[in-house]
Amino acid sequence: MEKIVLPEIENLHLIDTYVANGGYDTAKSALAKSSDEIIDIVKKSGLRGRGGAAFSTGLKWSFIPKGSGITKYLCINGDESEPGSFKDRQVFEFNPHQLIEGIVITCHAIHAKKAYLYIRGEYHKWIKLMQKALDDAYERGFVGEAMKAKYGTDFSCDIYIHKGAGAYICGEESSLMNSIEGKRGYPRVKPPFPAQVGLWGAPTIINNVETIANIPPIIKKGWEWFSAIGEQKHPGTLLFGVSGHVNKPGVYELPSGTLLTDIIYNYAGGVPGNKKIKCVIPGGSSMPPLRGDQLEGIKMDAESLRAAGSAIGTGGIMVMDEDTDLVKVLARLSKFYYHESCGQCTPCREGTGWMVKLLNRIVRGEGSKSDIDLLVSVASNIEGNTVCALGEAAAWPVRFMITRFRDEFEKQVSDHVKLEVKNKVHSMRATLNPLASVEN
Amino acid sequence: MEFKFSVENQEKIERIIQKYPEKQAAVMPLLYLAQEQHGFISVEAMREISQILEMPETDVLGVVTFYSMFHQKEIGKHHIQVCTNVSCMLRGGMQIFDAVKSKLGINNGEVTSDKLFSLEEVECMGSCGTAPMIAVNEDYFENLSTEKAIEILNSLK
Repeated sequence: MEKIVLPEIENLHLIDTYVANGGYDTAKSALAKSSDEIIDIVKKSGLRGRGGAAFSTGLKWSFIPKGSGITKYLCINGDESEPGSFKDRQVFEFNPHQLIEGIVITCHAIHAKKAYLYIRGEYHKWIKLMQKALDDAYERGFVGEAMKAKYGTDFSCDIYIHKGAGAYICGEESSLMNSIEGKRGYPRVKPPFPAQVGLWGAPTIINNVETIANIPPIIKKGWEWFSAIGEQKHPGTLLFGVSGHVNKPGVYELPSGTLLTDIIYNYAGGVPGNKKIKCVIPGGSSMPPLRGDQLEGIKMDAESLRAAGSAIGTGGIMVMDEDTDLVKVLARLSKFYYHESCGQCTPCREGTGWMVKLLNRIVRGEGSKSDIDLLVSVASNIEGNTVCALGEAAAWPVRFMITRFRDEFEKQVSDHVKLEVKNKVHSMRATLNPLASVEN
Repeated sequence: MEFKFSVENQEKIERIIQKYPEKQAAVMPLLYLAQEQHGFISVEAMREISQILEMPETDVLGVVTFYSMFHQKEIGKHHIQVCTNVSCMLRGGMQIFDAVKSKLGINNGEVTSDKLFSLEEVECMGSCGTAPMIAVNEDYFENLSTEKAIEILNSLK
């Protein structure tokens, strides 16, 4: 199977190897094409964003105002902080020049003179690797002012790396822009969307690292080639990061639509001790978990996963065997969202805290039966009531874990637990659905 | 205690500011520089940065408090970060955290009395495929067992 983003070529991270394999030739040919032509190719290729929402990349680009008269920006999202997601670091480490070439082509397509590559702060090593690749590309004239002469064009662009500092929320596109602008990483209210009002108020396109790394091959080999790979509605390969209870965890680049069971059992080597699978989170921690006994036939692409009651997310597959305590898993996940909630919207700031308290109470063996429904109620009151999708990201695991694994929770609660009423969360356990009487 | 950027860092600052159309955007890179130079970010450092970037001191503080990698207090020479998020947890991350905690004799967020170690339970570091992991300052140590984690601590001086 052909690998598009992470081809198996030794030392591809070195500029010499990359150039020897035809690297930066595509940028040259792309720069000879008009911006409309490139957007059209990407649109027809069917490429969809790899950062979670799986939105059509070409369509996103077409939303940006046309022409080179106004300042526009490109942001590349390498914040990669979703638990279970560790694919972008492979691109930084093994194929950084394809990413840089993709950035150059994208800048040309949307007429952006400046691109900011946002990499999470913990990735010190990968930031250094990426900076080295970028310095090499500058030195050879593939990026920056010198590219005019190199490619024989009057277009040039600069690429800067912006280092994050440990905030999951900065993977949200508007929060990422605030972070680049030197502010707290609060998400912005949308609309206006970044394609109209983005970085410093200028039209801005934000794409995931993996998405941009797909651009050079698409331009080089054509949209017909790309759109024929994998599932028609979500074509191309995806970087699947498999973690948890598998024998060979790691990143596997496979065509979209590959069977989930195929990935787990064939590529990732199955479950240690041949244990049964209790639960799989198929797209990074925010996506609804699937039951281990319902994995047969599930294909890994946006449409198939939606039909199966989950979502593709970032393709981070977390496998949990039959001995896993799902209540503990959920308590830990909820702690993550509580920690990472930016605090801007009340439902998320307060709700994530409540969920952690309730779940920890169940883990301690002090949970009552009504706590389970209270959890669902709190989650449902976060969902849809926040500025950004972190609300859903925090609520979905709770809501779906409880709906799909209710027996796991019921095993750990009891009606005989008596807790003194110390605060509102405690007092609310008396009613099954405390907010049922509140209209809207 | 006064804070001034070193001459070398002042040159870096010039170059960093050039990367952005507005000065304020340089606040995170400058905070990193201050932290590198001084070990943590002091009130004086924030004041200095606010003057360089012509932005209110409170906004600098706002940025510092928002991001978990900016430290307002001294941390150990070796800052030990243990991931206990799900992928690591499934492969023994919690046990490693407990072992490190008892080995160092400190709790999450504390510094040993000799200032050699500090401990932080961190959220997902992107090492899910090589879990469990710890990070010592900027370096990742992956595919660990509790024993290996303790060995690493023993090797740090």
